[in-house]
Amino acid sequence: MNYFPDEVIEHIFEYVGSHRDRNALSLVCRSWYRIERCTREKVFIGNCYSITPERLIQRFPSLKSLTLKGKPHFADFSLVPHGWGGFVYPWIEALAKGKVGLEELRLKRMVVSDESLELLSRAFPNFKSLVLVSCEEFTTDGLAAIAANCKRLRELDLQENEVDDHKGQWLSCFPDSCTSLVSLNFACLKGEINTGVLERLVARSPNLKSLRLNRSVPLDALQRIVARAPQLVDLGVGSLVHDPAMETFAKLMTTMNKCKSITSLSGFLEVTPRCLTAMYPILPKLTSLNLSYAAGIPGSDLIKLIRHCKKLQRLWIMDSIGDKGLGVVANTCKELQELRVFPSDNIGQHAAVTEKGLVAISMGCPKLHSLLYFCHQMTNAALITVAKNCPNFIRFRLAILDATKPDPDTNQPLDEGFGAIVQSCRRLRRLSLSGQLTDKVFLYIGMYAEQLEMLSIAFAGESDKGMLYVLNGCKKLRKLEIRDCPFGNTALLTDVGKYETMRSLWMSSCEVTVGACKVLAMKMPRLNVEIFNENEPADCEPDDVQKVEKMYLYRTLAGKRKDAPEYVWTL
Amino acid sequence: MAPPLLVTREEGLSNASTVASASSPQSLDCFSQNGGVSLKERNYLGLSDCSSVDSSAAPGMSDEKKDNLNLKATELRLGLPGSQSPERGPDIFSLSSTKLDEKPLFPLLPLPTKDGICSSTQKTVVSGNKRGFADAMDGFSEGKFTGTAAINVMLSPRPAGLQPTAKKEIPSKVLQGQTGAVSGTGGAVSGSSPASKAQVVGWPPIRSFRKNSLATTSKNNDEVDGKPSPAVLFVKVSMDGAPYLRKVDLRNYTTYQELSSALEKMFSCFILGQCGSHGAPGREMMSESKLKDLLHGSEYVLTYEDKDGDWMLVGDVPWEMFIDTCKRLKIMKGSDAIGLAPRAVEKSRSRS
Repeated sequence: MNYFPDEVIEHIFEYVGSHRDRNALSLVCRSWYRIERCTREKVFIGNCYSITPERLIQRFPSLKSLTLKGKPHFADFSLVPHGWGGFVYPWIEALAKGKVGLEELRLKRMVVSDESLELLSRAFPNFKSLVLVSCEEFTTDGLAAIAANCKRLRELDLQENEVDDHKGQWLSCFPDSCTSLVSLNFACLKGEINTGVLERLVARSPNLKSLRLNRSVPLDALQRIVARAPQLVDLGVGSLVHDPAMETFAKLMTTMNKCKSITSLSGFLEVTPRCLTAMYPILPKLTSLNLSYAAGIPGSDLIKLIRHCKKLQRLWIMDSIGDKGLGVVANTCKELQELRVFPSDNIGQHAAVTEKGLVAISMGCPKLHSLLYFCHQMTNAALITVAKNCPNFIRFRLAILDATKPDPDTNQPLDEGFGAIVQSCRRLRRLSLSGQLTDKVFLYIGMYAEQLEMLSIAFAGESDKGMLYVLNGCKKLRKLEIRDCPFGNTALLTDVGKYETMRSLWMSSCEVTVGACKVLAMKMPRLNVEIFNENEPADCEPDDVQKVEKMYLYRTLAGKRKDAPEYVWTL
Repeated sequence: MAPPLLVTREEGLSNASTVASASSPQSLDCFSQNGGVSLKERNYLGLSDCSSVDSSAAPGMSDEKKDNLNLKATELRLGLPGSQSPERGPDIFSLSSTKLDEKPLFPLLPLPTKDGICSSTQKTVVSGNKRGFADAMDGFSEGKFTGTAAINVMLSPRPAGLQPTAKKEIPSKVLQGQTGAVSGTGGAVSGSSPASKAQVVGWPPIRSFRKNSLATTSKNNDEVDGKPSPAVLFVKVSMDGAPYLRKVDLRNYTTYQELSSALEKMFSCFILGQCGSHGAPGREMMSESKLKDLLHGSEYVLTYEDKDGDWMLVGDVPWEMFIDTCKRLKIMKGSDAIGLAPRAVEKSRSRS
C-alpha cells in the first residue's frame, strides 16, 4: 500500500487508538512499521521486564503515555515475596535521559520510590497524568514532589496503593497557580489531610470531574467540598459517620441534591448505615457504585439503597447483601454490565451469597459481561443456567471461599458448570476457576474457550493432561497462573514454544521440578524462567529433582534481569 | 491415556457419608482405558512424577506398584517439627511400603472416580491436588515458610466439614494479611460459631490492600463505638430487683414501641414475681389495676447509659441515634428515676 504519501497514512493512523490494532498495523510492512512507530504516542507494556526502556524509547520517539505492569498478578494475594522487582526508577531515569515528552504514566503492581516520583516531577515539564494501581514504597513525600512540581498536572489517581504517610502536608504543595486538576484520587492514603487546603484546592479547580477522598475526611468537610464542586462526575466519599450535629447531615443532603452530574460513587471507608441516606438524591443517576469497602452495612440497608439505582452499570458490593439482595439488584439494575461481590468476614453465614444470587442476577441482567463473585457455594445447575442467560461474558471469575468445594447438591465437581460457561460465552477473555475440579474442566476450556486470554487456576485438576488441554486448546492464551495443582514436568515441557506466544506463566505449589525448569530455560532463550528459592541458603544449588515452589516465566527481549533479589534464580 | 488418579485412605473415609452406591456412574471415558477398575490406591503424584523429561506414554497400570512406593515420598509434605514427613530430595525410593500404613498427615478423599463414586460432605481435599486445600488449611507448614512464630489456630468445624482435628501450627506467614481480617470478625456474632478460620495464603483471592483496609475499618469501629457496628447489637438490660440481667439485640427493633413491648414481655415474670407470694414480706398483693400500671410502665422507667456514661431517659432522641449511643439499658423504679423524668417524679409524688 505505498500509493499514499506518508502523511496520509499518518493521518489515517491517528484514528487507530488501541495498542493491539497499532501492533497489528506495524506488522504489515516496513513502511507502515516506520510510520506507526513514529506516530505512536501511547504504549502499553504488560510486563516491565519484557523489554528495556532504551529499546522502547528508540522505537517510539513520540512517546507521550506509558503504561507499565510489574509484578505477577498473584502478588496481589501475597504469593510473591517482598523485593521481587518491578522497579519503576530505571524506566523514569531512561525516559528522562532520552528526553521523552512524557505526559502520562500508568503503573500497576510496581515498586515506586519517592526518588522516582521526584525525578518524574522534575524531568517532564508537560507531565499531566499519574495513575498508580497496587504500587508500593512511595510516601506522601513523593506525592508532595508531584504536587509541587508538575505544573500542568491534570490527574493524580492512587488506587489501592500501600503508601507510607509521612505526616507532611502534601496537599499544600499544590501551588495556588495549579488550577488544572481534573481527577484527584487519594482514597488509599491512611493519614490525615488538611481539609481546608483540600477545599481551597477544589475551589480553584473548575475542571475537577473526579474526586475520591480518604477516610480522614469527615462528613462536614465532605459537605463543604462537594458544595464547591457541583460539576463532579465521580465522587469517592471518605468517611460518612454519624455526626452529632444534625444540621450538617441535612446540609449534606441538600448539597447532594445539587449534584446533578455525579454518575459514579465509591469510598465509604467508614460509614454509619443511617448516613447512607444522604446519598439518596444522587442514586437514580448512578451508573457506577462501589460499596465494597463499606463494612458493616446490614443487607437490609443495602437493599433499600439499591432499589433507587435503576441506571447502574457497574456494582461492587459486599456479600452482606445476600442472595435476596442480589435478587433486588436483578430486578432493579437492568443495565448492569459489571458485578463484583466481595466477601465480608464479620457477617454470619446466613447473610452470605450462594449460587442462588448469581442465578437471579443472570436472569435479571442480560447485559452482564464482567463478574467477580465470592461465594460460599456453587452448583453445576446454577452455572449452566447462568451460561444460558448470559452468553456475553467477557470476564468470569468465581471464587468459592472453600476452594475445592464440590457441587453441594450432587457432590460432583464443577466441571460441567464451567464447561457450560466456556461453551456458551464465546467471547470469554478472562476466567478464574474454583471449586472441586477435575481434568475435564480443562478439556472443556481447551475445546471451547477460543478467545481466552487469561486463566487462573487454584487447587484444581488431576494430572498433567489438564494443563495440556489448556495449552493446546487456547490459542489466544496470554497469561496462565496456576497454584496448588498437580501439573508437572510433562505438562510444562510438552510444548515449550507456546510460552513465547504468551506474556507469562506462573506455577506455584505444583509438581514441576527444578530440572524441568532448567531444560525449559535452555530450550527457550527468549524466556526468563525464574524460580523463587525462599528457604534454601542463597548459595545452595537446588537439586534437579527438587520440586519448585514458585516459578514465574515470561517472554522477554531484555535477557536476564539484573535487579532480581537473592532468592530469585533465573535459569 | 492415564486413568484418573485417586487416593483413598481409611482415615479419610471415617467421617464421610459416602454416596458411593447412590450415584450413577459417571462417564469419564475420555480419561480411562480401564473402565471397569474399581477404586484403587493410586498416587496421582506418582503418575505425574516425571523427574526426567519423559513425556511419552503416561504411566500405565504396571507402574502402580512403583507409584505406591512413591506415595509418601512424592507427596509434598510439610515438615512440622516432630511430624512424620519424609525427606524431600533425591532419595525418593527409599521409603518402604510399610510406610503406607502410617496414618497420613493429611488423609485424602476419593474424587469422583471413573465409576462415578464419590464421597461427599467431608471436605475439601480433591485428590487431584498435590496439596489439597484442606491440607493447606490444616496448616502443615512447609519448610518454605520461614516465619518463626507459630500461631495456633483452632480449626472451626464448618459445614463443609473440616476433618475434626486438634490445633495445628500455622506459621505466621500463612496468616499474613489474614490476621487483620480474622481479628476483625470477632465482634459481630456474639457467642456463635468461632469466627477465626484457618486460612491458606492467598485464598480467598482478595487483594491484601482490601483485607488490610477492612481490618482497619472494623478496628476503628471497635475503637469509636466501643462495639462493632454490624448486624447485631446486644446490650444488657437490668431491672431493679430482678435477680439477673437479660440481653437484647437492638437491631431487632426499629421503634421504641417495639423495644418497649419486648422488654415488657421479657421482664413481666419479674414484675409478677414481685407481686407473688414469694416476694419479700410486707409487699401487698397486687390488684389487677396495679399490675396493669406496672406493665405499662408508670411505675417503671426505661433508661439507658450512653457513651459518656450518663443515664438517660429512653425516648428523647431518634431511634437510630439511640442505638448508636446506647450501651446498656436499665429498667428503673419510678421512685429512683426522679432525676430523669418529670412525669415519673409526678407519679411517684402522687402515690406517696
